[in-house]
Amino acid sequence: MLLSDFLVQGARRYGDKTAMVCGAKRMTYQEVDRSSNRVAHALLDLGVRRGDRVAIFLDNSAETVITAFAILKIGCVFTIINASMKSAKLHYILDNSEASALITDLRRWRVAEEATDGLTSLKASICVDGGVGGALAMEDILSGEGDSLPDNPCIDVDLAALIYTSGTTGVPKGVMLTHLNMVSAATSITQYLENNSSDVIINFLPLSFDYGLYQVLMAFKMGATIVLEKSFTYPYTIISKMQSERVTGFPGVPTVFAILLQLKDLEKYDLRSLRYMTNTGAALPVSHIERLRKSFPHVRVYSMYGLTECKRVSYLSPEELDRIPQSVGKAMPNTEVYLVNEKGERLSPGETGELVVRGANVMRGYWKMAEETAAVLRPGPYPGESVLYTGDLFKMDERGFLYFVARKDDIIKSRGERVSPKEIENVLYSLPQVREAAVIGVPDEILGQAIKAIVVADDGSRLTQKEVIAHCAQNLEDFMVPRLVEFRASLPKTPTGKIKKHELS
Amino acid sequence: MRIGEEIEKTGEKEIRKFITDNFMIGQNPDELKRDTSFLDNGIIDSLGVLELVSFVEEKFGIEVRDEELVPDNLDSINNLLGYIRRKLGG
Repeated sequence: MLLSDFLVQGARRYGDKTAMVCGAKRMTYQEVDRSSNRVAHALLDLGVRRGDRVAIFLDNSAETVITAFAILKIGCVFTIINASMKSAKLHYILDNSEASALITDLRRWRVAEEATDGLTSLKASICVDGGVGGALAMEDILSGEGDSLPDNPCIDVDLAALIYTSGTTGVPKGVMLTHLNMVSAATSITQYLENNSSDVIINFLPLSFDYGLYQVLMAFKMGATIVLEKSFTYPYTIISKMQSERVTGFPGVPTVFAILLQLKDLEKYDLRSLRYMTNTGAALPVSHIERLRKSFPHVRVYSMYGLTECKRVSYLSPEELDRIPQSVGKAMPNTEVYLVNEKGERLSPGETGELVVRGANVMRGYWKMAEETAAVLRPGPYPGESVLYTGDLFKMDERGFLYFVARKDDIIKSRGERVSPKEIENVLYSLPQVREAAVIGVPDEILGQAIKAIVVADDGSRLTQKEVIAHCAQNLEDFMVPRLVEFRASLPKTPTGKIKKHELS
Repeated sequence: MRIGEEIEKTGEKEIRKFITDNFMIGQNPDELKRDTSFLDNGIIDSLGVLELVSFVEEKFGIEVRDEELVPDNLDSINNLLGYIRRKLGG
């Protein structure tokens, strides 16, 4: 099965059913399918061919979904870029992935134009709200012809998506996912969440984030309805949408649940249709779990754990949540996990070690990064097989329940997303007055971890906190911009000159 | 002076300063028009809204109810001024 079959089969079985609600726009399965066929034909006309990478630089919108499926339907690979990305990083990603086309909108056009300067692989661009600078207008494509499903020579071991993620080196890595990887993950997740065609799932998480993207994939797989929102910025907008659309599924990250729990009258909203809530990205504080359970006694709450490299690893069933709220549960269906020590030997229950994952959901590797790939995809227990070393330290109890201990590297988890301190430090070092910089995560009730920059400025420098934040805001996605900046005279170091980060917090 | 006029005058200045100082660091403050959407332009995220609400509650002595956390009330300088005026009965 191909990932695009979720939509193609959905259109056959549930043609007139609402597939997607996006602001005031409602689209049936047939309409989404037909629109994506038109975009697919337009991409073919522009010279995009099987295996090509196509980048989508848009916020959560119907066009993002339509385009992603169009790309899949012609055997190409989509990559959804964070909508707040700045031009230097976008340039890197377009160059690294050798993207042959870019889909964006007028709001992002200036950044896109800067980012595409000097790229030789790019054949075409499409702009959602009107043709500009040589780009084709999406409205012309959608109102044009080409309703038929294009021939797709692709098979399920072909790549479906590249999802760029932060790495310890500060250079983004493109996680290569095949159709098989993604179909397998969506199948396992919908199985344990017991999704069906009557589900209505709300998604305000960015589609550039795999957790957000999978809400759409899972909804389409089941013939359910996805209610797409741009963000959780105005909580009541989301809540009233949940009431009016009778939403059954609510995926969130700890930051979202923290905001939800700050609302004054949670109990008074009519959310009787809500069947389940899911959390991943980072653990929910136990006190938040208890309050969620109290505010939504009829709702099944799932604590989950995963990483982009395999999408999801484990889930805690709602039945176990009150008993072991600190656990992220057991391996999801069709996935196997175990813990190993530094020598790669399997550990007994109670011992702390690195989590290893086996399954059809494990990525192909990092795009054009053989060394980084070899570091995480290593030979498994059976000949000829690679397994994923997650870099996360866990404990496992006698019954196989997992408890997160720490990360092996210094990656920060803020708002549920992975943030590379190195990437931020690189940006800080590009400020001329910065002599030394270190970025750490500090505990924060709402963010999980807040990003803190510790800076040593040149003698006599008048660099201010505001200037440091402004510089970061101009060069990094919103979720990577430090909230805290501290100036120090020096940073603690090891005898070899490495900054001792654990002494900084 | 009527409450409405007073809010127009001083309110806009203070709201503008709060938004540009907190959410538009490093950006050109002139880009913030009275009808610029904070959401569509990526100026404010969910945490920003909570900060904005605390600011408005404190500055103008009003209480923002959950159901008022919608773009119509909060998503531009114009919307905010209108909302505050309504709350204060001006």
